[in-house]
Amino acid sequence: MQTVLQSLLWAIAALLATGVAGGVAARYKAATPAVYVIALCVCAFALSVGVGSLLGAGGPAPSLTLPLGLPWLGARFELDALAAFFLIVVNLGGATASLYGLGYGRHEEAPGRVLPFFPAFLAGMNLVVLAGDAFSFLFAWEFMSLSSWALVMAHHRRPGNAAAGYLYLLMASFGTLALLLAFGMLAGSSGGYAFDAIRNAAPAPAVSAVVLVLALIGAGSKAGVVPLHAWLPLAHPAAPSHVSALMSGVMTKVAVYGFARLVFDLLGPPAWWWGALVALLGGASAVMGVLHALMEHDLKRLLAYHTVENIGIIFIGLGLSLAFEANDMSGAAALALTGALFHVFNHSVFKSLLFYGAGAVLTATGERDMEQLGGLIHRMPLTAFAFLIGCAAISALPPFNGFVSEWLTFQAILLSPALPQWLLKFLVPAVGALLALSAALAAACFVKAFGVTFLGRPRTRMARDAAEVDGASLGAMFMLAALCLAAGVVPAYFLDALAPVTQALAGARLPQQEGLEWLTIVPIAQSRSSYNGLLLFAFIALAAGLAAEVIHRWASNTTRRAAPWDCGFPDSSPLTQYTAGSFSQPIRRVFGTVVFRAREEVVIPPPGDATPAQLHVQLRDLLWEAFYLPTAAVVGFAAERLNRVQFMTIRGYLTLVFTALVLLLAVLAIWQ
Amino acid sequence: MDPIALDIAHLFAGGLVLVSFMLLYQDRISGLINIFALHALVVSLSVAWQAYIQHAPHLYITAAIALVVKAVVIPVALHRMVVQLGIHRTIEPVVSIGQTMLAGVGLVALSIMVMLPITAEAGTLAREDLAFALSVVLLGLLMMISRRNAVSQVIGFMSIENGLILAATGAKGMPLVVEISVAFSILVALIVIGVFLFRIRERFDTVDIHALHEHRGEQP
Amino acid sequence: MAVILDLGVQLGQMLIVLALAPLLTGYVRKVKARLLRRRGPPLVQPYRDLLRLVRKEAVVADSASWVFRVAPYLVFGTTWVAAALVPTFASGLIFSHAADMIAIVALLGSARFMLALAGLDVGTSFGGIGSSREMMIASLAEPAMLMVVFTLSLLAGSTQLSFIAAALQGPGVGLRVSLALALVALVMVAIAENARIPVDNPATHLELTMVHEAMILEYSGRHLALMEVASYLKLLLYLSVIACVFFPWGIATSGQGPAAYLVGTGLYVAKLTAGGALLAVFETLIAKMRVFRVPDFLGAALMLGILAALLRFVSRVS
Repeated sequence: MQTVLQSLLWAIAALLATGVAGGVAARYKAATPAVYVIALCVCAFALSVGVGSLLGAGGPAPSLTLPLGLPWLGARFELDALAAFFLIVVNLGGATASLYGLGYGRHEEAPGRVLPFFPAFLAGMNLVVLAGDAFSFLFAWEFMSLSSWALVMAHHRRPGNAAAGYLYLLMASFGTLALLLAFGMLAGSSGGYAFDAIRNAAPAPAVSAVVLVLALIGAGSKAGVVPLHAWLPLAHPAAPSHVSALMSGVMTKVAVYGFARLVFDLLGPPAWWWGALVALLGGASAVMGVLHALMEHDLKRLLAYHTVENIGIIFIGLGLSLAFEANDMSGAAALALTGALFHVFNHSVFKSLLFYGAGAVLTATGERDMEQLGGLIHRMPLTAFAFLIGCAAISALPPFNGFVSEWLTFQAILLSPALPQWLLKFLVPAVGALLALSAALAAACFVKAFGVTFLGRPRTRMARDAAEVDGASLGAMFMLAALCLAAGVVPAYFLDALAPVTQALAGARLPQQEGLEWLTIVPIAQSRSSYNGLLLFAFIALAAGLAAEVIHRWASNTTRRAAPWDCGFPDSSPLTQYTAGSFSQPIRRVFGTVVFRAREEVVIPPPGDATPAQLHVQLRDLLWEAFYLPTAAVVGFAAERLNRVQFMTIRGYLTLVFTALVLLLAVLAIWQ
Repeated sequence: MDPIALDIAHLFAGGLVLVSFMLLYQDRISGLINIFALHALVVSLSVAWQAYIQHAPHLYITAAIALVVKAVVIPVALHRMVVQLGIHRTIEPVVSIGQTMLAGVGLVALSIMVMLPITAEAGTLAREDLAFALSVVLLGLLMMISRRNAVSQVIGFMSIENGLILAATGAKGMPLVVEISVAFSILVALIVIGVFLFRIRERFDTVDIHALHEHRGEQP
Repeated sequence: MAVILDLGVQLGQMLIVLALAPLLTGYVRKVKARLLRRRGPPLVQPYRDLLRLVRKEAVVADSASWVFRVAPYLVFGTTWVAAALVPTFASGLIFSHAADMIAIVALLGSARFMLALAGLDVGTSFGGIGSSREMMIASLAEPAMLMVVFTLSLLAGSTQLSFIAAALQGPGVGLRVSLALALVALVMVAIAENARIPVDNPATHLELTMVHEAMILEYSGRHLALMEVASYLKLLLYLSVIACVFFPWGIATSGQGPAAYLVGTGLYVAKLTAGGALLAVFETLIAKMRVFRVPDFLGAALMLGILAALLRFVSRVS
């Protein structure tokens, strides 16, 4: 196993070297495919290592210490079950992104700004997952953030990208600071930074509580948990599409890995209120994310807000698992954790698929705004089909995979009445209601996204002239779509593969799923609940096929094309069809008046005036106004005041040095 | 005691909470008055059932008073008043109906959280009946503060009294004289309110609280 | 041999459900007509409508894509599978473990997804109206339904309908407040999801008042026939769920033999008759709401569902 880990590290080193080479040779046309092919091979190799390690897990985790980094510590790398699972998630995303990039990268206008950082980003994410001590973890985390920041700034001249990059850098640094403090408190004054040492030390409950909050802030801000999510919808769309897919689908999962590692593995046994806090934040993120997504017209920004929702669902599962573990209900904890981790996998698959679709639309039409598109299903049929599968999967519709992980989370919620704490008894049904609400709203959001972009009639010339994208992009999309269906139809194998992870983190595992009749999954007991995706898929296909066959054979099968129903007013303008704004208007009216203070204003010119009437919709982001703007104001104010230190006289600086010296000597005197 | 009998009493209490939510849902005055009649009917049925299972015949009289006075006389009187005063037929809520109902659910949760721990010695059903009665009182108060119309405030006030009757009869024993005096005081209060509404209407041509607010004598 | 028999019974349930659905709708229409002192269409009129429609040529708009042509089959398939998984005359059938109540709700969600997309496909405003209103109604009705499912499963210890029906027949249940609240919430959701008055009018084609009819406005011929059968099946599904959960007496368990199955079938038809008559009476008594009162209506259902689930969480007797 040691050699496996060693070869993995050599592969990551190869990625870094590719990045450097790509940066140097960016202006040659052959550089782009070369870089992406090498990245694809490395990611495929790492993916197979991860799969092999997870399926064959049983023995002790291989670990390795390299003579890099801190001189008395070295850099430790470890490949246990949790790391193996996230290695799979990261490299599946990386492999498909590289495949997609083979096609998409041909249209890149500034390859020198993308090619060096793309392999570096992949390498950084892999290193975070493999890190075995605090120092290498934080170093890899920061490396990952910086390389993704460079990718976000790749098209920095486009309006809004520079501001997005600035906010991203700010939030990333803030998150790393929180994680630094968390690890510092865990390592204690003795400086035992290795994960093994931290696991064996038992911190006081007060310290554990502070570390939990810091972990939530640090990892949560990278994952996109409300209220620290504001950078996500600005930064993710700004990057090139395959990088957006990596950031939304994979980097947020690396943040979840960071949280899981800190809270489930390194911190001791949890207190019950930890679960309440995490689940509450998860529920809030789920609903806020999807409501924001419903109000968006930009395709990529909609997908980014949706990531916030899915991260919320994952954190609900994690919070429930913590609550169960605090009450010694390890079976239920394993169920909640399995649901959360399976959702991690599922989300990375279908979110990447959706971002690749959005990227394909962007390549074909040059537009991200849904209101300018329409009718693309006729021009880009294959992309539309793959995107439809992604939309169905993310809306948690059987027989796809999104439904299975949400179903597992619901089953965990239904086990919660056994929890003794009163606050949990009231919180969990509320969180369950929030989860149900977000699932229903997600379906509405994706009906809008698919319907307005791909269906209907083209609204502009760019939509009319779109063309299908190249084979590599389509290949990546269809691979992920097939995986969506496979994970939904035969989830038993995936759930069994997750068993070593939950065994390590929660101390229990789901009952063996493989070998149940007809490939059903039974998470708790047969008398409680079961689900069979394969049978449902087969039945639906049979029912639809039977209906088609019977009707076509014995009734009619002729079709005639004609103009659509127009009530006697033939309208040839495609502008009269429903837009994204009009589609979400009922939901905006129901939820938006409270959550966003949504106000609509109609400006109608007086009779005789030929200017068109206008509808203004005003939405306010209350979290931004209540949370971020005051913080920025306070920081700005403090900075202004402190700025005076820059302009003192020489005597002033000398006084400062003298005061500091005297103070330190006084402290030393008192301490003795 | 026969468990089915206790279950039926519990069901009446829960039904009263349901009817209180229906009161919160109404947006027309005539609907509100009719649902209030239903509210009073459920209370009287509940009191009659308590009379049956507690073998306390004086509670039958309480039930009859509640039925006649609150389910028949007062709603009819209110309907007449609405017609004569020409009150605007729709009720404007301060916040939307959905948010009011959400607050209502929160209030029920609060009353459960308060009642269940402090009555730990009593039987489970009695504790939950008390929690339901407290939530009916709180929902009545919510209705009073979340509607702009004077008639809805009167009805909210009377539904609070219904909740108190439910609590008192459920806890085994409320002397008849107390009930008679309470009922008479309600009736008197109603007559006074009615007279005042007429005078207000004569003076200002409206009973909307917002309009009346401007005429309060507080300005410097 | 036993497996073949079980498969036969399951197949029988699927066919019974398909056969009874148009009859139920015809019955509801007949009762409504009688209440309005009309004679009403014959009970078998929906069958005749469907036969007539499948024989006609389907007219498809120029701008429609394959989604428009495939959607009726998928909507019909998912709704039929969902309806066939609800216990009607017998519970615990051989494939009933494939989907529990949450999966049935999600299957109906799949059908609604395809239907809403089909509404948007042609690119006129009618379909858009229907789709956007339908998704607004769904965004509140589905959580309310899920909260009802939570309440029932917390009571019965399972999310499988067969086990819920068995548990609610048992002696330990009695009359519970949370069950009453769940029943009210479920009835409200059923009215909204089946596009019945007061949420939507199934007999009108005015854009002010239509939701479901707006989405299927462009359909004709065999496509329209499949969409209509799907909506009949959905009504049957909701009435079957209410009957199976709240009035579970008489449902045979799998393996009890043909006599029990016959009794179960008879009682099931009786329950459908009663439910259909009550629906017709309710629709005649009440007027249709404005579209923007529907969120208040469904919000109330959601609140009742949340309250019922909350009571189940915190109490041992409610």
